[in-house]
Parts: sequence; structure tokens; C-alpha cells
Amino acid sequence: MQFLTTVLLDGLVYASYLFIVSLGLTITFGVMKILNVAHGSFYAWGAYLASIAIIYLGENEYNSMFYYFSIFMAAIVAGLFFGFIIERFILRKMYGEDIHLIVLATFGIFWILEDLILIVFGADPLMPYYPAMELGGLEIAGVYQGVYSLTLSGLAVVVAFICWYFLKKTKWGKLLQSVIFDREVSVSMGINVTNVYLITFIIGGMLGALGGAYVAPTISISPGFAIDVVVMSFAVVVIGGMGSVPGALIGSLMVGMIRAFAVHQAPVLELFIIYAVMAIVLIIKPQGLFAPPKPRKI
Amino acid sequence: MKFGTMKTVSSVFMTFLFVIGTLFTTSVYAKDRIKVGVVSFLTGPAGGPFGIPAKQGAELVIDAINAGTMPAPYNKKGFAGATLDAIYSDESGGGTKQVALFRDFVQKQNVDAMIGYISSGNCMAIGPVADELKMLTVFSTCGTPRLYEEKLRSHVFRTQANAVGDSLAAAKYIADEYFKGKMTTAGKMYTGINQNYAWGQDSYKFFELGMKVYMPSAVGSSKPQFPKLFAGQYGTEISALSLDKAKVVHSSFWNGDWEAFVLQAMVRGFFKQKIVVSSVGGSAVDTLGKKFPDGVIMGTRGLVGLNVRDNKDPLNTWFVSEYKKRYKAWPLGPSYQYARSVMAYKLAMDKAAASAGKFPTQDQAISAMKGMKFKSFVDTIEFTRGGGHQAVHAISYGVTKYNKAKGEPEVENLKTYAATCIYPPAGVKSEDWINNGMPGRKCE
Repeated sequence: MQFLTTVLLDGLVYASYLFIVSLGLTITFGVMKILNVAHGSFYAWGAYLASIAIIYLGENEYNSMFYYFSIFMAAIVAGLFFGFIIERFILRKMYGEDIHLIVLATFGIFWILEDLILIVFGADPLMPYYPAMELGGLEIAGVYQGVYSLTLSGLAVVVAFICWYFLKKTKWGKLLQSVIFDREVSVSMGINVTNVYLITFIIGGMLGALGGAYVAPTISISPGFAIDVVVMSFAVVVIGGMGSVPGALIGSLMVGMIRAFAVHQAPVLELFIIYAVMAIVLIIKPQGLFAPPKPRKI
Repeated sequence: MKFGTMKTVSSVFMTFLFVIGTLFTTSVYAKDRIKVGVVSFLTGPAGGPFGIPAKQGAELVIDAINAGTMPAPYNKKGFAGATLDAIYSDESGGGTKQVALFRDFVQKQNVDAMIGYISSGNCMAIGPVADELKMLTVFSTCGTPRLYEEKLRSHVFRTQANAVGDSLAAAKYIADEYFKGKMTTAGKMYTGINQNYAWGQDSYKFFELGMKVYMPSAVGSSKPQFPKLFAGQYGTEISALSLDKAKVVHSSFWNGDWEAFVLQAMVRGFFKQKIVVSSVGGSAVDTLGKKFPDGVIMGTRGLVGLNVRDNKDPLNTWFVSEYKKRYKAWPLGPSYQYARSVMAYKLAMDKAAASAGKFPTQDQAISAMKGMKFKSFVDTIEFTRGGGHQAVHAISYGVTKYNKAKGEPEVENLKTYAATCIYPPAGVKSEDWINNGMPGRKCE
């Protein structure tokens, strides 16, 4: 029982982390059909901005509520600023180009933003541990868990709910679904697809930045730390189906749970098993588990 | 005197003056400057805790030797009289990129020597290329024993002893200080969390082999953890280790991985439940300061960094004080390790020049360095393994304890293990030596 509870809890926390990071990536792909390699830069910038704010607040002993406020502000600022610049001044000029060129462009943007981090923040690691230290640990089934890490699951649930509500219950969400289904028809129906693209890219960026900002208090932040996150997010998105929000959720849960089980039972298989699952899913369903349906054009 | 004769005399005189002037303003060995590539992680997760302090250690010592301000025996100005111009380069990007950069250094920038490299993977990639290009290369920090145990190297030296000693010293510390006298098997179990590549795998392998010799009744866990390098998230691994009955956890984590692990483990009370032994985690002790948990058994890969901060050897006192003055921080293990490589290069160059009576060729410098003994900051280092190219030295471990009065982290119960105790004799493979019960080891 203790083993099962711990594996489930570990899997859930890791899945929550993966879900928050990969959600932005899958939404961007779903709407814009762009595989945004620069998504890792949003993650990194969110983490850096939040770290700077948290370290300042912690050293000056501000109320801890400000930590959480700064995390969300960092995500909003990073997503808004870089999302606007990248979409408005780079990607918008490339729509209609070969999809591989756009991927290469986002790859270039990723490295530019990585270097910018080095110029702005330097190479010294940042450790904004204050929120995680403050919340401490909690014993569950005989194993101490970090409370801050557990709150990540709460955040993932809130983000998933907001996403569902936005897509299913709001006018904007319906417009978005329309663009996901067919861009040309959406344009002919009078939807301002240019604006939808811009807003989607910003929201995707904010979600990536939120992942970095929220995880920052539990890790050491230094240039280059986001590279692996992009790779893992791609694995999740591919398993779930590129462009599918439920797919990102299920993909994250699958990867999180399977990885947790592997780490507890056969640590040497940890990495292998994630990509083995991805390969099996791709063999059975090459479009991923929940890939959105494609309209058939006559 | 005719105008033509005057012109000839004056030009001969001017040439004479130029030659004399040159002789007095430059080294007696007639080479002004040498160019050396210094490679360490300047970006990425290994930059802050490892690469930057490493570069700073090299920079400080190079500047002091160039200026002739370093204490004895390094007080003679220059490298065989020449000023060393360092070209600092980033080690990030993996082995393929580093090999390309190394070739560029040698073939396009025409460097006189190469110093540095932290990652074992990079050292394994660079080693054969350095021999192929016949470029004197002094590795500073990387620790895989395979570098010399798989093949002897003609142009490659390493001033840092390999991971075998770090792991054996850790095992001996645990056996002597924690497991001795314990009667139950549960009290003598150990496990590990190490990065899944050459350094991490070798480190745990030799720790495990060491435990089998020092404390045969101790039992290793069947599920040691090997997360990938730069994973960043260790929540699941910490849970798995918490559920493991093993009390002792060995780790050779370094760079941001170690800091992340400490942060995530600390809030979960991990350091209160387990005895953690870290072979190279000194950087986090300073970064986290009073937040760093007491009671972690800490190694620094030699008599360097945290474990020798208070050592009063004049060379160490000079290094610590100058480093703090210049960089406003304590020198870390890698700062010492890179400085040591520069010092070894300087001594070899001076020795070769003295015996050649002129500025030495690369081959003369290599001959001088081969088998050389040199004074480090608090101990003596000997190139007595790997055909005279691989250094060995003592390794120390202590237990972290925050000194509230001084407001600084410290180590207590420091134990030092001589090279003769933790390294096999020359020409013997480490694994064979340990499996045969470490014959001939001298631990006093």
C-alpha cells in the first residue's frame, strides 16, 4: 500500500509538471500548426524572472504570498513580451512557408533567447528556494513529500479546468476550435485568424513560462537548463497527439506514472521506458492517442 | 668620413642596439609569449558551480605567474620566461563539438598547449585527438579512470586523480566512521544516486567495490538510482531512496543537479533519515549557506576547496585570500583543480627550459612533466600512474556543519586518505586491484 501510494503520488507530481509545460506546446501546434522549439525559452525566461523576484522577496523578508504573485507575474510578462515579439515580428512573416523552415526559425529563436539569458543573468546559478522551504514536507504513507511539489498537482488541475472552460464554454474558445479544425473555413467565416494566432502564441508562451516559474523554487536555475524540458514535452505531446489538450493530459499522466513505476522498480529502465511507450503509441496510432480529426477537403 | 660609410656604421649600430634591447627586454629563452587554450563550462548547468570557478582559478594563477607575484615555488616570472596568453573557451555542447574546437585551437589558432576539461565524456573524446595532433594537453578535473586504464597517452596529462580514489575514500569513511560495530544487516546497507554516464556509473561502481573490501558484511541495494544528466527533477528518485532500507546514500552528483537534488531532498527531511555521502558536492555548501543540511559527508576530490579552507600552507593562504579579493567568493574545488594544472605546466616548462638551456620544445616540456612531483596548495602531487602522465594525490572527506558564530559552512571530523591507500600501484588496473583485496595498500 505504501509503495503504491508513493508511486501514484510521484507519478502525479511529475505528470502535473509535464502537463503544464507541454500544454502550451500542444495548443500552439493545434492552432498554428507550428512545432515551437522556442517553447523551452518561455520555460527558461519564466523561471529566471520568477527566480529574480523570489530571491529579492525572500532576502527582504516579504510576505510569502508575494512569491506566488511573482510566479504568475513572471509567466505573464515572459509570455506576453516574448510571445508578442516572436509571433508579430518573426513567425507572422513566415506563415505559408515550408513547415520545416518555421521549425528551424523557432530553433534559432531558442538559441538566441538562451544567449540572451546568459547576457542578462550571467552563468551563476539562481536558487529561489524560499517558497519550497517555507512549505516544508508532509508525511504521506510513511514517506515525506515536499508540499510545494504537491501543489503543482493543484496548479495542473486548475490550469486544465481553465483550459477546458475556455475551449468549451466561451466564444473565444469556439473560435479557437474552429481555427484548429480548419483555418481557411475560419477565415471565410469572418474570424480574424491573425489575432487568434497572436493570442494563441502568447497564451502558449505563458503556459510554458508558468511551468518554469512554478518549478523554479525546487531546482537550480542556470543557462541551458531548459533544453531537456523541450525534449520531454515533445515526447508527451507526441504520445497524446499533437494539438490535443486531452492528449497532453493523458500523455503526461502516462509518462509520469510509467516513469515513477520504473524509477521505483527498475531504475535503469527509466529513460528507455518513456521512449518505448512513445514508440509503441506511434506504431499503433501514428497520429498520437488523441490527435484532433482532420477535415477532408474536396 | 664619407656619408655612405656613416650610413653603414649608424645602421650597424642601430641593429646592435635593437638586438641588445631585445635581449634585455624579453626572456633569456627568447620567446615572449605563449598561447594556451583553457576550456571549462562557461554556460549551462555546469557553468556556475563548476566551470566559472574553474576558469577563475586558472586566470588568477596565470596572471600571478605572468606577473611573478605568486609565492614560491611558483615565484619565477612567466612560463619558461614567457607570458602566457590564455584563450578561454566554453566546454558545453558535447564531445563532438569539443573535438572540433580542440582541432581549431591546435590547427588554426596554433596554441602551445591546452589546459582544462571538466566532463569525463569530453576528456575521453579529446584524449585520442590530443595524441593524434601531438598537442600537450593537461586535463584538470575529469575523473573517469578509463582515460589511462584503457590506453596510455603520449601527449595527455591529468593533474586530477581519477574517480577510483574518490569512491574508495568515501567507502572507507563510511566503513570506518559509520558501519564499524554495527551488527545488523539493515544497519549496514547502502545505495546511491548518480548521474547516468561515465562519471556517475564509475563512481558508484568503485564505491560499491570499495564497500565489499572495507566492509564485506555490508549490503548494497538492488535499486541504486541513475537519473540522466541534467534531469533537474528528482522527486521520484527521492521517494524510491526513502523507501529503500539502505541508510547510506552515495552520490557523485555535480553541477546544478546536486543543488536541485539537495533542495528537493531537504524539504522532505531526507538528510535526517539518511546518511548522504557526496564525492563532489562542495559547491552547494556555499550556494545554500546556512540552508545546507548539517551531517552530509563531503568530499572535494583532493585536498582542495571546502575541506582545506582553513589550511595555513602559505600557498593555500595566498590562493584563498587573492581569490576572495578578486572574485568575492571562496575558491571551490574546480578553482583549485584548474590552478593546479597551470602550476604543473609552469613547473614543467621551467624545468625543461633549465635543462635545455633555451626555450623548451613541446617534447622537452612533455619529458619534464612525465613522472614529475609538484607542490600543490596543501599537498604534493605526483605523476606516477598512467606511464607518468596520471597524477595521484590524497583525498579527504569531512562532515558538513554550519558555523553559526562565523556565519560560514565548515566541515568537521576531516579524514585524509593517502594516495597509497586508495589508488592501485602503477600499471595495475583499478578494478583488478580492488577485486584482489587491494594488495599493498598503505593507509596510515
